[in-house]
Amino acid sequence: MASSSALALGTAGRDKASAKSRGPFVTMKGIKGVAARVIPPLVVLAVFMLLWEMLCSSPTAGLPPPSRVVTEAWEVIAHPFYDNGGTDKGLFWHLAASLQRVALGFSLAVIAGVMLGTLVGQSEWAMRGLDPIFQVLRTIPPLAWLPLSLAAFRDGQPSAIFVIFITSIWPIIINTAVGIRNIPQDYRNVSAVIRLNPIEFFWKIMLPSAAPYIFTGLRIGVGLSWLAIVAAEMLIGGVGIGFFIWDAWNSSHISEIIVALVYVGLIGFVLDRLVAGLGMLVTRGTSVA
Amino acid sequence: MAHLTLSQVGISFTRGGKTSEVLRAVDLSIAKGEFVSIIGHSGCGKSTVLNIVAGLLKASTGGVLLGGKEVNAPGPDRAVVFQNHSLLPWLTVRENVALAVDKVFRGKKTRPERTEWIEHNLALVNMMHAADKRPAEISGGMKQRVGIARALAMEPKVLLMDEPFGALDALTRAHLQDSIMEIQMRLKNTVIMITHDVDEAVLLSDRIVMMTNGPSATIGEILTVPLKRPRRRLDLVEDATYVHARAAVLEFLYARHAQPAVLAA
Repeated sequence: MASSSALALGTAGRDKASAKSRGPFVTMKGIKGVAARVIPPLVVLAVFMLLWEMLCSSPTAGLPPPSRVVTEAWEVIAHPFYDNGGTDKGLFWHLAASLQRVALGFSLAVIAGVMLGTLVGQSEWAMRGLDPIFQVLRTIPPLAWLPLSLAAFRDGQPSAIFVIFITSIWPIIINTAVGIRNIPQDYRNVSAVIRLNPIEFFWKIMLPSAAPYIFTGLRIGVGLSWLAIVAAEMLIGGVGIGFFIWDAWNSSHISEIIVALVYVGLIGFVLDRLVAGLGMLVTRGTSVA
Repeated sequence: MAHLTLSQVGISFTRGGKTSEVLRAVDLSIAKGEFVSIIGHSGCGKSTVLNIVAGLLKASTGGVLLGGKEVNAPGPDRAVVFQNHSLLPWLTVRENVALAVDKVFRGKKTRPERTEWIEHNLALVNMMHAADKRPAEISGGMKQRVGIARALAMEPKVLLMDEPFGALDALTRAHLQDSIMEIQMRLKNTVIMITHDVDEAVLLSDRIVMMTNGPSATIGEILTVPLKRPRRRLDLVEDATYVHARAAVLEFLYARHAQPAVLAA
């Protein structure tokens, strides 16, 4: 899945580049290109909504059709920014709280993951010692860590952040280690001849050389974080999109759940594209050696 | 005293409990400002000799003296021009040279002096026009020019070139050979060049070191090329000394030390 979307991203980038070199801002060909990418998903979406509307419009249906979702959840859609204190807040505040947890847990995972990955990639002994342990730990489902972290931190907030951290760190470690192990011998020779010290070698050779691999890990990691946060928040409560969904279920507001899911999907998509775009920006040139 | 001395250099590699001797008893003295080529069939260990001098490989026996001091680790006093240019693809041409210059001359040259030195060396190889391009945006010959500029910019006591033109087409190669000769005339560098091209060796070198075939390869013969400089490739085509030197190297490589496969064919 990740690779196919990466491919799509690649072609989109190329189209943009060629559009830039063509000169005039709006050309017939340019419009056609945009239309070719925008129209198919819109058509599919319309067909899907229609199907959904038809299937769920009978009074016995368990789920509301899209038209009823909009009318029932209009409060939630129209007022994302209201704040009545406690957990009675608009969707924006719930999403912001979730994103904040992800940002914190994910940032910690990036720092620790890149450092551990470098260690494992660079040192044969660190790999032999740590790799089997990582391989076991990474298969533990994110939520299985939650009770343990609640016991350790005795608070929901740090526990949720820890769950994000522990979920997203494994792909970062593993991909960084592969990237470091794949640094061409030539680059090592160059740095040996000009006598870079280990710190200079890390910043000037290792990180840029392994960047494409590292960003693959970051992209998988941020996706997993977003998957884990919703589940974790359902359990810890407080403000957050996971809590919002669980709360809506408890009050039988099915339409609100659907609206929240649309937001969760869109934000997950944006997070993925953000990390991928940042990766393209940073690794410009590295992938084409 | 010789500028660079290899004495009884040998190297063995152990793989899977089996030890194989690649080089045995390589003795070579090189004077300051001399251009020496090492030629031999592929797999004879000529690149291994260069890597030992560079300090990238450790000799199992013997040692290397540069200016009277033993060398056993890589350093900028033995800058290497790598076969596949080895430029860092995420840095521009200028930044690639700057990485070396800033590291080697930190504390010895001020920042403006270093900037000027980087541009001086890029100008030396005619690469100022592409200073801000990335390696992926320039041709193979240009990449190798930048590799040469990076090595020259370290002001090495000996410049090591590992088949520097091996991956280039014939015309580009001739062009770069001329550049190298011209730069060599100006800077009087001491150079060791690995090559498998007989014409290249004769054209560029003061002496040609011919290696026997491995395993346990060593120096078979050393040929002095008594051609005056500057050398111009067109004038040399029918020059008796050139033709003679060329014949001598060919005879060594294909008659006396032909590769087993070549012999069978």
